[in-house]
Amino acid sequence: MELTTIWFLLVAVLFTGYFILEGFDFGVGMLLPVLGRDDRQRRVLINTIGPVWDGNEVWLITAGGAMFAAFPEWYATLFSGFYLPLLLILLALIVRGVAFEYRHKRPEASWKRRWDTAIFVGSLVPAILWGVAFANILRGVPLSADHEYVGGLVDLLNPYALLGGVTTAALFLTHGAVFIALKTTGEIRERAGALAVKLGVGTAVVAVAFLAWTLTIRASAAAVVLAVGAALALVAGLAAARVRREGWAFTGTAVAIALAVATLFAALFPNVLPSTLDAAGTLTASNASSTPYTLKIMTWVAVVFTPIVLAYQGWTYWVFRRRIGVQNIPQH
Amino acid sequence: MQSWGFQVDALDVARWQFGVTTVYHFLFVPLTIGLSVLVAILQTMWHRTGNERYLKLTRFYGKLFLINFAMGVVTGIVQEFQFGMNWSDYSRFVGDIFGAPLAIEALVAFFLESTFIGLWIFGWDRLPKRAHLASIWAAAIGTNLSAYFILAANSFMQNPVGFRINPDSGRAELTDFVAVLTNKVALITFPHTLAGSFLVAGSLVLTVGLWHVMRNRDSADTGAYRFATKFGAWTVMVATAAVLITGDIQGKIMTQVQPMKMAAAEGLYTTESPASFSVFTVGSLDGSREVFALKIPYLLSFLGTGDPNGTVQGINDLQAQYASQYGPGNYAPIIPVTYWSFRFMIGFGLAAAAIALLVLWSQRKGRTPTSRWLLRAGLVLPVLPLLANSFGWIFTEMGRQPWIVFGEMLTRNGVSRSVSLTEVLTSFTAFTLIYATLAVIEFKLLVRYARAGVPDVTPAPVDDDTDDAERPLAFAY
Ligand code: HDD
Ligand code: HEM
Ligand code: HEM
Repeated sequence: MELTTIWFLLVAVLFTGYFILEGFDFGVGMLLPVLGRDDRQRRVLINTIGPVWDGNEVWLITAGGAMFAAFPEWYATLFSGFYLPLLLILLALIVRGVAFEYRHKRPEASWKRRWDTAIFVGSLVPAILWGVAFANILRGVPLSADHEYVGGLVDLLNPYALLGGVTTAALFLTHGAVFIALKTTGEIRERAGALAVKLGVGTAVVAVAFLAWTLTIRASAAAVVLAVGAALALVAGLAAARVRREGWAFTGTAVAIALAVATLFAALFPNVLPSTLDAAGTLTASNASSTPYTLKIMTWVAVVFTPIVLAYQGWTYWVFRRRIGVQNIPQH
Repeated sequence: MQSWGFQVDALDVARWQFGVTTVYHFLFVPLTIGLSVLVAILQTMWHRTGNERYLKLTRFYGKLFLINFAMGVVTGIVQEFQFGMNWSDYSRFVGDIFGAPLAIEALVAFFLESTFIGLWIFGWDRLPKRAHLASIWAAAIGTNLSAYFILAANSFMQNPVGFRINPDSGRAELTDFVAVLTNKVALITFPHTLAGSFLVAGSLVLTVGLWHVMRNRDSADTGAYRFATKFGAWTVMVATAAVLITGDIQGKIMTQVQPMKMAAAEGLYTTESPASFSVFTVGSLDGSREVFALKIPYLLSFLGTGDPNGTVQGINDLQAQYASQYGPGNYAPIIPVTYWSFRFMIGFGLAAAAIALLVLWSQRKGRTPTSRWLLRAGLVLPVLPLLANSFGWIFTEMGRQPWIVFGEMLTRNGVSRSVSLTEVLTSFTAFTLIYATLAVIEFKLLVRYARAGVPDVTPAPVDDDTDDAERPLAFAY
């Protein structure tokens, strides 16, 4: 396989990992006001992701770094082109990250309420905007022949992209609800399980519509298979959620997210950012890439370190495998 | 924008944004780098001796560390994406070389740091003691490793090595990755930056300890605070020695690879041998009028070349040389900025060391310091090395101007072409406002928790398996 293809796959894998992991983080954040009826309950919710959210976010940083190293043209065009959405994502991630750490650092209710809002908004905004961004990548954007973005903000807010935003937000909500049901005990677990089923039905409708639309824009055999797989996984996950098999339900939503992201990347390949104007502007895995030498070094680094990272991150989830409930939240 | 009386363009705002966000990021970075190691040392001491005092200090400084760490993380993410957002032509030009250390930093260092910090924070009762201790060390190592990769990337901009320019695409291409990682600028910048970071962390440990020593004279924890004060003060002393030695070597390397920066550090217009170093100058810095200058003969020659009589090239000669080499243009940085930032870096850093020395002296042979002046000096102490670090970066980065990659690309050619002035102004305003707000919040929290003092340490959790499901978490958000 060509090195550029390997790196296309690796970037896809990194974003997939990011959306699976931070997907449930975002879900938990968005569900904070819904499932957390009082301060202790909200603390239970936050503490289900407390030890892991930062490690999850590093998937994004690594994906960004990998894009920069392997496809500098893609990194440069995409991030300068999607300037304002990206700015909003960054601002959201800033307040959200600080909020987790600072929320409990003062006793006043007003202080906590503000940080709760920050967690909610900081989770909702990126959950929507990542969908908008990836839908636009797939659909293509106005690029000049020298790969500069020449559109405006309105070009990014087309109906297909907005549906993409709704889809990611819905998927992450369901994924988050299932995760909460898996990680908590008592009342919260019950409510989260019930909510997951309700949310899941709507999510399935939206996700199927989005994936179908995607395949009408750009399709390959692989993309079709993956899209069908995503839909099936989601339905299977929901069925498991209905009978309260939480581990299976979580596996289902995680696989659904993975296959949905894979669908987008499979449909996109070999392009990385198609141009809706001049075909010469289209960025592909080969014309956007670094030199073979850089790719070779990066491949070695990835081959050695990715398994190590997976091993210790997996171990972290094992260490914190126990369910928590309001009885585990310390008083102070 | 003519109505402002001067032209503001997207380039200026992008530069201000980069400067502001990076200096801001680096207010938190040194504390994370230094304090992670100091906390790991304290926990190791507890592990070795079983003395509860060290456990209390570990928990106490650990909390301050985490308040700071959160800000380091969220401001770092902005940096990672800003290259693509505001400096896309730069990213295209150097991506082949520059992206690699950034990606490796994330994969090798950030994962390590963030995952093990999570394990450390929440793992007090979930991990065996040894594994828990190993977690803080893993996080500290990750943090320090991350500094190496980012500094290697930055050093490429100061002294590009291991690459060639592709004549067809006009882009820089990597030819020797080992050369990039062993860039002589990186090898010396790394220890200098680490030393500067330990100066900050040591100062904070000292200040907080001293405040409690002087405030609560007979509390049960005075012994712990006394220890912390000394621990901090000794860290500062060692870090100062390291900063001086590495800074000296750095000056010599800088004179070789960026002679203009050395000339700009002194505001030296004409080549001199020997050259003197001015501690400060009153007058104008374009060399036309000098009212008063306190000069130390031979020092600049020595700093730059190691030889008191060595030749230091002047700005005018270098300007002429660069103009013939790279074409017409101004190749000198803004002299007052480089001149003063260099002095502020050294001055604030040495002032911090002096205060730490006074504090050590005041505690000699078990004495308790009483001077209110000492307390006041102690309270401003941590600000000084933070300023020194900021000025060090301002010097390094502004001294490289007008280049973004020295000798290869001008800053003005690196900026994103597709990003409008409105967009950059929006992001600059948004970041500045949110950063300012968070700065106030974080500072207040740090003070609050520093004042609260060391926590009660509940007896170390025992391995009774009774009712694990009911036991409260050892730590919860
Ligand atoms: C000398 C050290 C140093 C320097 C020059 C920089 N950083 Fe930094 N950075 C760190 C040292 C560091 C750190 C000590 O590792 C941090 C600070 C606090 C923390 O949590 O990790 C960090 C955090 C941090 C994070 C978040 C990591 C996480 O989620 O755990 C990112 C993405 C970056 N940085 C990226 C950058 C970029 C792109 C820089 C260039 C402009 C930069 N940093 C300058
Ligand atoms: C964290 C420590 C750093 C600080 C405090 C710092 C500070 C600065 C400052 C003050 C400027 C000048 C802004 C202006 O011209 O007004 C600047 C410019 C710049 N620095 Fe750094 N810098 C740091 C690290 C880095 C690193 C590690 C890199 C690259 C990996 C980097 C890349 C740049 C770039 C691309 C610019 C362009 C903007 C310009 O030249 O004006 N900096 N930085
Ligand atoms: C005392 C506290 C000091 C602190 C906190 C400090 C911090 C820093 C920092 C953060 C930088 C930018 C990063 C880098 O290039 O390493 C820097 C650069 C530099 N420092 Fe210091 N420094 C201190 C003292 C000194 C001293 C005493 C010297 C010289 C004797 C010195 C010489 C330099 C030089 C030459 C550079 C620029 C390197 C370059 O751009 O190539 N520093 N310093």
